[in-house]
Amino acid sequence: MNQLATTRLWLRRNLFSDAFSSLTTLMLVAAAFWWLPGLIDWMLLQAVFKTDANACHASNHAGACWGVVAEKYRFILFGRYPHAEQWRPLLATALLLLAIVASGLRLLARGPLLATWALALPAFFVLMGGGHFGLSPVESDQWGGLPLTLLLATMGMLLAFPLAILVALGRQSGLPLLRTLCAIYVELVRGVPLISVLFLASFLFPIILPQGFAIDVLLRVQGAIVLFAAAYLSETIRGGLQAIPAGQHDAASALGLGRWQAMRWIILPQALRAVIPSMMNSAVSVFKDTSLVTVVSLYELTGSLSLALAGDAEWRSYYLEGYLFIAMIYWIGCYAMSRFSRNLELQRGPLRT
Amino acid sequence: MLAAALLATLWWLLDVTAANMAERGIRSGFGFLLEPAGFAIGESLLPFDSADSTLRALAAGLANTLRVALPAIVISSVLGTLIGLGRLSSNLLLRGRCAAYVETLRNVPLLLQLLAWYFVVTDLLPLASEAQQLAPYVFLSKSGLALPWPGGDSGLFDLPLRGAMGIAGGAALTPEFLALLLGLSLYTAAYVAETVRAGIQAVPRGQSDAALALGMTRIQLFRLVLLPQALRSIIPPLTNQHLSLTKNASLAVAIGYPDLVSVANTTLNQTGRAAECIALIMAVYLILSLLTAWLSGWLERRSGRWAERA
Repeated sequence: MNQLATTRLWLRRNLFSDAFSSLTTLMLVAAAFWWLPGLIDWMLLQAVFKTDANACHASNHAGACWGVVAEKYRFILFGRYPHAEQWRPLLATALLLLAIVASGLRLLARGPLLATWALALPAFFVLMGGGHFGLSPVESDQWGGLPLTLLLATMGMLLAFPLAILVALGRQSGLPLLRTLCAIYVELVRGVPLISVLFLASFLFPIILPQGFAIDVLLRVQGAIVLFAAAYLSETIRGGLQAIPAGQHDAASALGLGRWQAMRWIILPQALRAVIPSMMNSAVSVFKDTSLVTVVSLYELTGSLSLALAGDAEWRSYYLEGYLFIAMIYWIGCYAMSRFSRNLELQRGPLRT
Repeated sequence: MLAAALLATLWWLLDVTAANMAERGIRSGFGFLLEPAGFAIGESLLPFDSADSTLRALAAGLANTLRVALPAIVISSVLGTLIGLGRLSSNLLLRGRCAAYVETLRNVPLLLQLLAWYFVVTDLLPLASEAQQLAPYVFLSKSGLALPWPGGDSGLFDLPLRGAMGIAGGAALTPEFLALLLGLSLYTAAYVAETVRAGIQAVPRGQSDAALALGMTRIQLFRLVLLPQALRSIIPPLTNQHLSLTKNASLAVAIGYPDLVSVANTTLNQTGRAAECIALIMAVYLILSLLTAWLSGWLERRSGRWAERA
């Protein structure tokens, strides 16, 4: 009886608190009844799971054709990487993911964590590129799919971070020229779309750099992503630096710490800690933004999906299922990152100043 | 010393660039802008023909960017505000539904969403000859959305009608435009929703308690107490969202809508003037950013005055 009363109270508070709320509840429930059966029908009941293009054609989009994912998943995940060697990108991706997850969940102390990264990153490049330990060399223009997405996002964040700190400090420097330069860089990059920076990297870098210095397109695009991410990140870090009360500077110099010592031991640690949530937002953006490199012909997840389906008349009409599949991969990555940052905030509570 | 080092580096880079360009026979300068473009543009607000100058092509591209960005800004602001308010509702279902919207749309790359919308419009909708009628004189098909439009020969509105060859008459929104408008609006609405929610939550609780204690209705509370105070913290991030929407409109290049970046990209491929084209894109977007920043400042001052009056 008591149980029933609690339930009624809960329903009343959450779903039927007043006329408007009751109406909303009824409308949402009705809408769910209206479209949920169709959705379930399409996604599961009428869906074709076999890698059978004829069965998919027969169903004529009445049900999803998940067979396309079953048929093409290796191409979607690893792009044009040689088929027989695809255990290498798989292992490389697993290593990199392991390092990322271990850092995120703080499974390791600082020393082992640094060691993990120091091992995982070179291992990633050796596995992908080959040429050592009897692995056959694979040119970087054949890298693709998930490993490429992860590489661009991870290296983008890892390299943008120190650059962003330098730029944020530069904007507070006593040298007017340095200050102006840093401000121009940040405002310029933040004012233009990422695509234009990618075009810059793919069309203009080869002209600007001296002959014989030709760098590979992957490196150039990676550089563009780093430059782009660093501009946004440096604004976040600058916000953190400005939030540190003047008393901290005064106290540090009263203790006899020099400008740089104070920065290193007192100001930066507090400033960075305060902006971890915004930095995680930047990380999510960088992860999503890697999808744009398909515009300059690098086939990460989004690009390799188009590559997998565009040339195949049998499966070409099932892009939507493919898009949903990679959307799920992106979603898991982004959602995990935003959950992680929310948990950090909850654990730490509001910043004490 | 820093200045000297910088000048030296710049000098060296320019020198190398000039040498590279001379070697590859790349000409420089903006003279090509006045030459005939030599390519057509799929759709354009400005009448454009391939014999017109490249400059006009780029202007048509910019007009196309604004043509998709401005309606998308309006739609995303309205939809985002509704969803942001929905997330603060006392109704659990509505709250959950709005949260699910935000978490889904924000965590999938915009490019992927655009490609998916484009595919849905161009591949899964019925053929123009079997167009779906959504409302009187509104038809949706693979060839886009046909709408009544003011003007035309017969009366006030030019009405689209079913003909032998699909839909004729009225204004037709192309599939590229539709996909871009839909993708940009729905994606940005998720961000606007978060901005609105944060802005309203930033108003201290005591304010709502006090307003309710004074006997205000919920609508009065919202209009007279919450909104004026929340707007002050909402407007700066909101204009930022609008600015990134305008920048995101450049993803049009992936689905073939002729916005500024697509047109510049075509020009680049035709003339080989990479530096000039990229500089033009960047300059136009920088000007848009500065304009938006100025507009944001103006709105902030105005909303401040509004809050004082209220």
